[in-house]
Amino acid sequence: MTLIVPLIAILAIGVSQLISGIAKPLVPEVTTIGYVDESGGFQQYTKQGNITLVRFDTADEATKALVNGDIEEYFVIPPDYISTGVINRYTLEKQLEAPTDIAAAIKSFLLSNLLGEKISPETIDRVEAPLNLVTTRLTETGTVAPEQGGLSNLIFPGVFSLLLTLSIIFSSTYLLQGLVEEKENRLIEILLSSVSPQQLLTGKVLGIGAAGLVQVAIWVISAPLLLNLASSSIGGFISTIQLPASFIVLAVVYFILGYLLFAVLSAGIGAISSNSREGQQLIGIFTIPLLIPLWFGSLLIAFPDNPIWAVLTILPVSAPAEVIIRLGVSDIPAWQLATSIAVLVLSIIGGLLLTAKVFRTYLLMYGKRPNFGEVTRSLRSG
Amino acid sequence: MTICYNANEEETVTMLAVQVSHIVKSFADKVAVNDLSFSVAQGEIFGLIGPNGAGKTTTIRMMMDIIKPDSGDVTILGEKLSETSKNKLGYLPEERGLYKKLSVLDSIIYLASLKGMDRHSAEEKANELLNQTGMLPHKGKRIEELSRGMGQIIQFIVTIIHDPELVILDEPFAGLDPVNTELLKGMFSDLRNQGKAVILSTHQMNQIEELCDRILMINHGRSVLYGKLAEIKSKYRSNSVLLEFEGKLGEVPGVTEKRTRKGYTELMLDSNTTPQQVLANLVSRGIVINRFEVATPPLNEIFLKVVGRNHE
Repeated sequence: MTLIVPLIAILAIGVSQLISGIAKPLVPEVTTIGYVDESGGFQQYTKQGNITLVRFDTADEATKALVNGDIEEYFVIPPDYISTGVINRYTLEKQLEAPTDIAAAIKSFLLSNLLGEKISPETIDRVEAPLNLVTTRLTETGTVAPEQGGLSNLIFPGVFSLLLTLSIIFSSTYLLQGLVEEKENRLIEILLSSVSPQQLLTGKVLGIGAAGLVQVAIWVISAPLLLNLASSSIGGFISTIQLPASFIVLAVVYFILGYLLFAVLSAGIGAISSNSREGQQLIGIFTIPLLIPLWFGSLLIAFPDNPIWAVLTILPVSAPAEVIIRLGVSDIPAWQLATSIAVLVLSIIGGLLLTAKVFRTYLLMYGKRPNFGEVTRSLRSG
Repeated sequence: MTICYNANEEETVTMLAVQVSHIVKSFADKVAVNDLSFSVAQGEIFGLIGPNGAGKTTTIRMMMDIIKPDSGDVTILGEKLSETSKNKLGYLPEERGLYKKLSVLDSIIYLASLKGMDRHSAEEKANELLNQTGMLPHKGKRIEELSRGMGQIIQFIVTIIHDPELVILDEPFAGLDPVNTELLKGMFSDLRNQGKAVILSTHQMNQIEELCDRILMINHGRSVLYGKLAEIKSKYRSNSVLLEFEGKLGEVPGVTEKRTRKGYTELMLDSNTTPQQVLANLVSRGIVINRFEVATPPLNEIFLKVVGRNHE
């Protein structure tokens, strides 16, 4: 998993290069389409990029040429085109709608013929594409901000929050399974005759946590290298992705905190579960909120200012994924980040205290899982 | 009732392996161990017996510092149990197992490393013990490939590999065939001869009788019998003798009843008569005696008697 994710990314870059390599020879192919001008005045600009337009006098001639394969398709400009804008298109292909390059060529052909006599070609170009929005984010002092927004910047945090979530789930599940397995195989008492419950718990949390952290570190470090590789080969929007330093720091901080929270929960659940299936079901209660930010990522893009995102940022079980994904969409107010980290740290400490209490008591109880009432009673008395 | 025995009186030179004083442990719904005190000396095999649910495992877990007593003290090898002194203990719990997917040798080495052994010496000692128990050909096998009895032997090796001063064994013979049972018993005696203390908890009274120097019997978390096995047995003897003889017995003074058993006769004596007087009478009358034995009840009978009385 650790190295597989960067390897898959390298593979993806390679595949996209391969596909674009295969796709390139198709582009220069010249397409010929016919048209019938019943309205009049559409004779010029018959060369639109790779598409050549051939004029037919009647629809019958055009149909004949289409059936013979001389042309790919044809369209008819009706006499009342100026008032209705209707163009009738005829093709042999079964299509959902007209291919975009054909539609663009027809549109450009019509526009050029309508305006060609009156306006300069540059103005026609502008009329065809009047808006190319370039947004620059300024800081409060008026200089260009180091972090620019934009949809492309969402991709990396989006992917990363998914990986972070998976990593937390895998690590804590691993811890849970290890503990329950030792319980099922009756090893716990042998281990506890050599180490204290605290040592056992600390060793498991730190050991598996360190492995998870190495995994996340490899992903974070490999990301800029992969982005460079991707931008030099694929180019385009990926090269516009920027990874602010704060993102890397927060990713590591939230991994550590998120992992610790789930490790403590897993240890507590592992102590009271009698088999791994039961443990998985119980930990599911907590992993679902962890995944919620990923499910609602598209809503976050549409409504970035909704207060629900602040709630998910502060709620400890959903905070890790929510903070990472929000970093790509908008700024997170400092107070929310501070509150979120504080709540996470407090939850970890609280969870640790509770887990320490149930750990010693229930680790050695085999068979029946204690019910909620029994656990709360032992928390109060123990 | 409790037979008091203070090991300090006889074992003043050597340090006590275990000193438990007035420990109490209660769980949510019941008192598992109630004011229990006993001590175990080095170089003895000590039997811990009692019916199911008497509090044996809870007592052992408190000795191992796996659970804490509500009150009372446990001193192991002259000090409070700490993480370093845990390395001087070997514990074979009743509920025990090993990592199924790990090989025999790796299992032993890993668990020995938790007791502070380095890899090299653990491997060396593991090979030695595997050889001694005839398990050497299986050292590369995974635990799940072994039979239950073989797994037990591996667990016993894990218990003693780090040369502990005190060995606690909870039902060590469960699931073992007679050959392996004898093997284990021999190894227990070796441990005692090396001056180690061995605590043996089992339901198999014949094993206790054969191996143990002293015993503690608990019931409902309390001590009901404690002391030297021989003293306990003589205290519970029914004042009768077992006799195998040739010829006619006739009337013997002081004998209230004669019971004919398979191959021998049991003579019940009245409270004023000792076995010696009976023997003197028989010899003086010229009766050929093949066997003369002061009857002591088997531990099993004492167990039933004591536990039965406590159940009332």
